[in-house]
Amino acid sequence: MARSVTTGAKIGWSIAAWVVALLIFFPILYAVITSLKTEQEAIAGFSLIPSGTFENYITVQTQRDYFKPFMNSVILSVGSTILALIIAIPSAWAMAFAPTKRTKDILMWMLSTKMMPSVAVLLPIFIIFRTFGLLDSRVGLTIMLTLINLPIVVWMLYTYFREIPGEILEAARMDGASLWKEIVYVLTPMAIPGIASTLLLNIILAWNEAFWTIQLTTTNAAPLTAFIASFSSPQGLFWAKLSAASTMAIAPILILGWFSQKQLVRGLTFGAVK
Amino acid sequence: MTLKTFLLGACSALAFVATTASAETLTIATVNNGDMVRMQGLTAEFTKANPDIQVNWVTLEENVLRERVTTDIAANGGQYDIVTIGNYEVPIWAKQNWLLPLDGLGDKYDMDDLLPAIRGGLSVDSKLYAAPFYGESAMIMYRKDLFEKAGLKMPESPTWEFIADAAKKITDRGNDVSGMCLRGKAGWGENMAFVSALNNSFGGRWFDENWKPQFDQPEWKASLQFYADLMKDSGPSGASSNGFNENLTLFQQGKCGMWIDATVAASFVSNPKDSKVADKVGYAIFPTKEGVANHGNWLWSWNLAVPASSQKAEAAQKFISWATSKEYTTLVAAKEGWANVPPGTRTSLYKNADYQKAAAFAAPTLAAMDAADITKPTIKPVPYTGGQFVAIPEFQALGTTVGQLFSAVIAGQSTVDDALAAAQATATRDMTRAGYIK
Repeated sequence: MARSVTTGAKIGWSIAAWVVALLIFFPILYAVITSLKTEQEAIAGFSLIPSGTFENYITVQTQRDYFKPFMNSVILSVGSTILALIIAIPSAWAMAFAPTKRTKDILMWMLSTKMMPSVAVLLPIFIIFRTFGLLDSRVGLTIMLTLINLPIVVWMLYTYFREIPGEILEAARMDGASLWKEIVYVLTPMAIPGIASTLLLNIILAWNEAFWTIQLTTTNAAPLTAFIASFSSPQGLFWAKLSAASTMAIAPILILGWFSQKQLVRGLTFGAVK
Repeated sequence: MTLKTFLLGACSALAFVATTASAETLTIATVNNGDMVRMQGLTAEFTKANPDIQVNWVTLEENVLRERVTTDIAANGGQYDIVTIGNYEVPIWAKQNWLLPLDGLGDKYDMDDLLPAIRGGLSVDSKLYAAPFYGESAMIMYRKDLFEKAGLKMPESPTWEFIADAAKKITDRGNDVSGMCLRGKAGWGENMAFVSALNNSFGGRWFDENWKPQFDQPEWKASLQFYADLMKDSGPSGASSNGFNENLTLFQQGKCGMWIDATVAASFVSNPKDSKVADKVGYAIFPTKEGVANHGNWLWSWNLAVPASSQKAEAAQKFISWATSKEYTTLVAAKEGWANVPPGTRTSLYKNADYQKAAAFAAPTLAAMDAADITKPTIKPVPYTGGQFVAIPEFQALGTTVGQLFSAVIAGQSTVDDALAAAQATATRDMTRAGYIK
């Protein structure tokens, strides 16, 4: 039986939720507001009321090509996510349904790679990329983004797969399903919410990755993170233009997140509501 | 489709592929400032005259650019054919053999026209390793109307004593006008650029001939105390977080009586589109301390260089020759007006009557640049070159650490004595570890 919640508590929690949401969203909102200010207004101090100029968007468009880095962002984030899922689904299956005594250690080891600062391996990675001709290539960067997000993808999928009763898979096996069929026709459809939220989260992470995407690219494979960085200026005002570039760069991923929020929330709370 | 049409199409496609394949593509790493953006816009003029060369621009934030280019050169990545670097890096990188000497700029280039101070800073063993795109020194920009109102007249060569007194007189807290705006934000290229030049003009130095740090000497104490007092008496609130851009805005909005900073700022503060005080700005040379004949020796230039890892050195030098030539200046003047040409690199520009007419700051800028000598930054002997910086690889980190200590003084979180003692200890430790102090 559901617990009864008083109206006062509901209102209180709603207000608290709105405050937290606003706090989290505020930097993005302020970037949008700043993009509608003149450069002088942008640097003058805190203000929530812009003069409403679109000049920065026009300048950003005329100074640099938006389409190419946008397409690179799409290719890199979607490509690396698909590649990561192809590798992670079988890995997570193995760890969730056929664990060994070393499974926990492997999971921890995978996660530990995320604890190292990226810059520590910049030079070796750079030399490997140079040797294999992968510098400034979409293929190279897709591999890189796949590798850096793989631990998180495996972990998330492992958590979701663990929620699925092993008996269902056993039943499929008894009915004569091969391993491949078991993963594709039984496991995957049951884990769709989890896979979907992993996919969306990974796309967001890959879209926003701003170290390797700047360090390993020049012109051909440079995505929107490099596009934003190019508007910072050593001499001269640039905050409003930088905000306009940031708004243009985050808009696509924000829209994607907005439309898929139901799926994303369902997937992320999958374990809690089963 | 007939066979003839097909063959014709195939031939055209092949011809296109052949043309594209034969064209060499230069990749240029640069920073996002007005002059560089303008150059990108004019690149078509170069490629029109050189159809066999294509140009790709990579614009990066200043520090990211340093990281990227350093990684690329150190690992022999060969991603860039031309890099935009400051005169701080040029001698250091040239000595490491990271840059190619520019010996293919062509007969028409007129190297002797380059300003001697700038050329000297970009040469190692008499070989030019980077071509200056624009250059700057530092000078005083002041409000003529406020000076007149206070009954003051800017001397031809002002002293710090006069400046401090004038700053106090024109400060009007009621109307939110600060007599003096100076850099306070921590960073080797931010507050330390100004403080190092100030200290030079007080007769101080970063290191003695044996690389021993000099923060325990009276010159540093005098200059840092002067800076702290000046900011306390006449500076804007929150001065410790103001850098070039913040002070530029304050000055443009009429909130600064004086601002001492890079000469390139003159074109911004005198531009009526952005500046409320465009017609009220006067210029004067960087001050000296009474009895010390030194104007700080601030000298900076953004330059184009060819990294040793580039495979297209010949085409790269062709582009550099075009972008830093007298003809390029004329091209910018024709398209955007004389006030927008890149300043501070060539003597001929300052002799040009059109430029002098369009840019009121031309003569004071030239005077400031001529007064700067980065080979003798201060009156005492030093083992380094560089005016507002010390041209050694360790300076970026050390300069920023010391900058943080000095910024804390301006913020009122530390005292002059404590900051200098900490700076001396840090610098001694770093220089010993780096092997300068035996």
